[in-house]
Parts: sequence; structure tokens; C-alpha cells
Amino acid sequence: MIEYLRNNHVIVWQALQEHLYLALLPVLLGFVIALPLGYLAVRFPRLYHPLTNVYGILYSIPSLALFVFLPVILGTKVLSPINIVVALTIYTVALLARTVADGLRSVDAVVVQAATAMGYRRTRRLISVELPIALPVILAGLRVATVSNISLVSVGSLIGIGGLGQLFTRGFQLFYMEPILIGVILSVLLAAIADLIIVLVQRAITPWTRVA
Amino acid sequence: MITFEDVVKVYPGGSTAVDHLSMELPTGKMTVLVGPSGCGKTTSLRMINRMISPSAGRILIDGEDVTAKDEALLRRGIGYVIQHAGLFPHRTVLDNVATVPVLLGETRRAARAKALALLERVGLAEEFAKRYPAQLSGGQQQRVGVARALAADPPIMLMDEPFSAVDPVVRLQLHDEFLRLQQDLGKTIVMVTHDIDEALKLGDRVAVLREGGHLAQFGTPRDLVTNPADDFVSGFVGKDRGLRGLSFDDASALPVRPVEGLELDAAGKPRGGTFTKADSLRTVIDLVISSPTGVAVRVGPDGAPDGLVSHHDLADYLASRRP
Amino acid sequence: MNLSYLFDPAHWDLGVTGSIPELILSHLGYVALALLIGAVIALPVGLYIGHTGKGSFIAINAGNAGRSLPTLGLLMLMVTLLGLGLLPVLIALTVLVIPPILTSSYAGMRNLDHRVVDAARGMGMHPWEVLTKVELPMALPVMMSGFRNAALQVVATATVAASVGLGGLGRLLIDGLAVNDYSRVLAGAIVVAVLAVLVDLFLALIQRWIVSPGLKGLS
Repeated sequence: MIEYLRNNHVIVWQALQEHLYLALLPVLLGFVIALPLGYLAVRFPRLYHPLTNVYGILYSIPSLALFVFLPVILGTKVLSPINIVVALTIYTVALLARTVADGLRSVDAVVVQAATAMGYRRTRRLISVELPIALPVILAGLRVATVSNISLVSVGSLIGIGGLGQLFTRGFQLFYMEPILIGVILSVLLAAIADLIIVLVQRAITPWTRVA
Repeated sequence: MITFEDVVKVYPGGSTAVDHLSMELPTGKMTVLVGPSGCGKTTSLRMINRMISPSAGRILIDGEDVTAKDEALLRRGIGYVIQHAGLFPHRTVLDNVATVPVLLGETRRAARAKALALLERVGLAEEFAKRYPAQLSGGQQQRVGVARALAADPPIMLMDEPFSAVDPVVRLQLHDEFLRLQQDLGKTIVMVTHDIDEALKLGDRVAVLREGGHLAQFGTPRDLVTNPADDFVSGFVGKDRGLRGLSFDDASALPVRPVEGLELDAAGKPRGGTFTKADSLRTVIDLVISSPTGVAVRVGPDGAPDGLVSHHDLADYLASRRP
Repeated sequence: MNLSYLFDPAHWDLGVTGSIPELILSHLGYVALALLIGAVIALPVGLYIGHTGKGSFIAINAGNAGRSLPTLGLLMLMVTLLGLGLLPVLIALTVLVIPPILTSSYAGMRNLDHRVVDAARGMGMHPWEVLTKVELPMALPVMMSGFRNAALQVVATATVAASVGLGGLGRLLIDGLAVNDYSRVLAGAIVVAVLAVLVDLFLALIQRWIVSPGLKGLS
């Protein structure tokens, strides 16, 4: 394995960078889109179930199918990374919008009422009371989305762009284990590190969850 | 003064929560709304700060319709305390208390200084300031809730079952603290409870409501006990209302006999309890019944015994008071 | 891109190799086997950890650890180790379904209303009776939601089997892509998504049937 890494470190390094970019950009985009969508389902409770069902269906589309289709729908080139980014953004939104809604719904109604009675207007109440209290739930969803994005990127290698997934297809074509193993290990490591970072951030910004 | 003018609240399902309610809640006094569940007491309370809007009628604060003001601004000027306190779990005790001053545009620093002073006022040591609500007992949370409601020094406070989630011992303690606080502050307070004892103890005025949102009686605690408007009120006040009524009269007119043959205990104090002219007749009854000698001892302002009361004396006096 | 492949009756002929019904059957075969093996492994472990509280750390972290394993990489790794065939596919898919089943059976047992369990013990039930008559029935809604989650994931992911030469609906995606036949790829995507919804509905029916009506709304 060391031998393989020594000879191919440029390729592996590039694959790793591409992997990170393809996995994390969608997390960022998805999070930004999911916040208003999640709030929508709380503000208008009738929308909660229909929206949740839509997210469920989006999530059940096989990633490979989505990767293949997006060029047709978006008019992008088959080998464009945009396809992967958009596909993973869709999964992230499907997962996070629901989590945001669930997180906001989990805020104790008594606390929301107390805030209203103290004279908070809707927007300020959302930003300084409801969202912070929902953070632990939302960040738990963000962890899931980040980790599954990192492992999903490699499926893109079946259509020619997939970060560390390139190492899988390469090894598979040559029937050679080393690159596959390196790819799997690096992918799992990336996920673990990203997960750890989110956990640390969560600990830092939600001190109240660690008391009592 | 808070005025209810023919206020009606009908919920979308068609149930009437408040039925043509008119009453005047005096400034600087504590008015308690009491009644069984479904009597509309909480609905009435929440219409004052427009958490609920009435179907008909008006509510005025010092003559001004509450709907005339922006609702958020109206609420910032009215303290609000609820059962389980409803503290913000993500903010420290200090920042919870500082909430309304910050909303009103004060700097965080000034708001926190004010909050710290208030914590002391409700009996919480400075060390609690940095804790989160989850680290406090129910009674402590409720104190923070009261401090938070007082933070912007609002002239009016609304309290919805503020003491019902804490255990009975703590509740009695909170009652006494709260009465002391109110004596200093003189706020216009509206409180909701289902506990008639609490209502009679704390209220300057008590409004008894019955199912369907009808006002059964509005008056002082003494009015309710001695002169209930109907069977509902007398039933609600309870079977022992004769005994309760005695807590509104002091012992100044109770005749005593001269002090003689007084049994002293090892410490040189009279056996059995002592009372003064200012104590209520109910206290005296209690003392006489529980005294081993069957006699209660009255003491003067200097603490020296100046009279005795026995079972018979008390019975004769109570009989003579009967109309 | 159009629906011509999907609606061409020739592609629905059961007798033909590579027809849609045949691919659905092989796809469902992978899914069912993976779920079965996964449940046999993960259920007892999850229930044990949830019941005793020993090893909670494993159960809590199994979910995220499992999600971080790239299924495609695992599959290809298994193929290079074990050669082409059904076994590598089953291993990769089973590894995928174990975490959600394990985590949910743990959570179902862990979050039981302990007062009810206490009452059952107080009435004189044996530990085995407490488990089978009280704890398991009460944990079922949460366990089922984890199982449905696993099923949804594995239905979508079983498409990767085609990338190592096996069948299943992934064939439509991989082969369609290879010859630039987007109509075929679309057919594959639609059938997989519909299959996922149907499998979930089927499991929802089972859940309705085995979960006591008294526990509705708790899942």
C-alpha cells in the first residue's frame, strides 16, 4: 500500500481534493436551501406532510440515476462536476429540510409562547430563540448529510467523476486491491474527520446541552 | 386599571370560553382569576396581552384599548409568568432575565446589571447567574421566571398558574416571598389559578369563574367567604368556609380572662401557644385545640402574657358573633 | 430522453433475459437477502445492547460509521478479494443495512417508558415475559422505522450490483449509460424509485398489522 501511495501520490492527492470539494460544497448549498424550506413546513403545518413525502421520494432516487440524468435536465456535460454537486445538494436538502422542520417543531411550545408574550416579533423570535434551541437536532442532521455525502461521491466514478471513487474503478478494472483499499480508508477517514469537526463545533456553540 | 368590557371569546370549534365578561381590575392590586378547568380564566388572562384576541368586547388598560398599540410593544410592557417558567434553555439565567430590557433596546451590559440586581431580589444568589435553566430546581426556575417578568419594570404582570408546578412546601415559601415582593413593588397583577386557597391567600380581589366563561363573583376574599353569591361559589370556596372566614377577623375583640395559674415550661414560657390581638381568630382556634392545657395565652406588645382564652370562652364568643 | 423504453411491451416480457420484470425480481432478491441477513445479525445485537445498556457506544456510533463506508468501494474491494458473484454484493449491501437496524432496535429498547417496564416486573412477569410481552411490542414502532429506512437505502443502492456485472435494476442504468440510451436510464431510475415507494408501503402495512393500535403515533 505504501508502495502504491509513493508511486501515485499525485493522483491520490488530487482525488482526495476533488472528493472533498464534491462532497462539502453540496452540504453548504443544501444547508442554505434547507433552512427556509424547513421553516416553511413549520410556519404552515399543512405543508409538513406533503413536503416530507417529497423529500422521501427524492431520497429514494438512486444516486447513479441522478448523476446520469442531471446533464440531460441541466444541459451540462456528462463529465461536469456540476452534476455531482447538484445531485448531492438535492439529497442534502431532502435530508436537512426535514431535520430543520423537526428541530423547529421540537422547540417547547411553552418557550415559544413565553417569547411571544415577552414581545418578540416573529423573525427575531425565530433567529434568537427557536433556531438556537433547534440547533442540536439540526446539527445532528448535518452530520448525517455530511457523512453520507462523503461516501456517496464515489458513486460518481461510474460516470467518470467521483473523487476517491476513481481509485475504486481503477482498482476494479485492473482487479487490483490496493487503490480500492486506499480509497475506502481515505473516504472513511474524511467522513470521520468531518463528523468530528461538526461535533466539536456543536459542543462549542451549544454549551447548554452539556449541563445538568 | 384593567377593564374588561363585555368580552366574549368563542373558539373556532364553537365552544364559548369567555361569556360576556365585564370587570375592573384595580391598579396596584393583585386580582386572582380562579375556577375549574374550562372556565376561561387562562383565556381571559391571555387576552390582556393579546396572545388571544377576543371575539367581541374590549379590554382597556388605563382607558386605552389594548388593540390600539403594536402587539409586540404592548407585550414588552407587560410582565408574563407561566407554569414551568418557560425559560429559554439556551440562555444563562442572567441572559434570560435580561431578555426584555435587551428587546427594548438597552445594551446587553446594562440589561445584565439590572438582571443581576433582580436575581438577588427574588432570592437567588449571584452564583446562579451563569447557570442554565436545566441546572435549576423547579422553585428556582420559577423565581427566575418572576425576575424575568420584572426585568423591564412593567406596571402590569400576568401570571398563569405560576406556582402550581412546584411542590407544596416550596409553593408556600414562594407565596410568602411573592407577597413581600408585591408589597414593595405595588404592581397591577393578574394571576390565574385553580387553587382556591392560593386565590384567597394572595388576591386583593378574586374573580370566580365557572364553566363556559361566566363570572360567578368578583370581590375581596372576605366577600367570597362570608357572602358567596351563589351555590357555585360557596361550593367552590369549600365546606370549611366557616373556618376560613375566621382568618379574615383578628382577635382584638376576643374577651380574655385574667392570667392566673399559668403553667410554664422548662424555658419559663407559657405552655401551649401564644397569640397577639393582631392574629386571626383562626390562629387562636388552632392554638386552643392543640394546647395541652386547652388554653391559649394572649401576649401584649412586650411579649408578656396578658390574658387567657379557653375552649368555652372561644365558643361563647363565636356564638355571640352569629348574626 | 423519453419514456419509450419504459413503455415498450417487449421490455416487460417475463421470458426475456434482461427484461424489466426479471431485473425487478433480481433487484428485490438482493434487497430481501441483504435485509434478512442484516436483521438476523443486527436485531439481536441492538436489542441486547438496548436491553442491558452494555455497549451503547457501539450502537450510537454504528449509524454514522456505517454511513461513512462507501458501498461502491466496499463492493469492488470484496470483488477483488472474493471474485465475481453474489457474495460480494450481499456483503456490501448487508453492511449497508446493519447500522440503521442496529441503531433503531437499540433506540427502541432504550427509550421505552421505564415505568411500564417497572409495572410489568411489579406484576410478577418473568424477564422473558417482560421482554416478549412488553418491551418488544413497545419498541416495535421505532424498530420498524429503522427497518424501513434500511429498506429504502438498500433498494436505491442495490443498483451498484450492476457495476460489477450482476443483475438488478442497475443494469438499466449502467447499460443505458454505456450505449447513451437515456430512455433506458430513465426507465431504470423510475422503476427503482417506484419500487422504493412500494417496498416502503408494504412495510408500512406490515407495521400497521404488527404494531398495537395503542402505540400509534409513537413511531
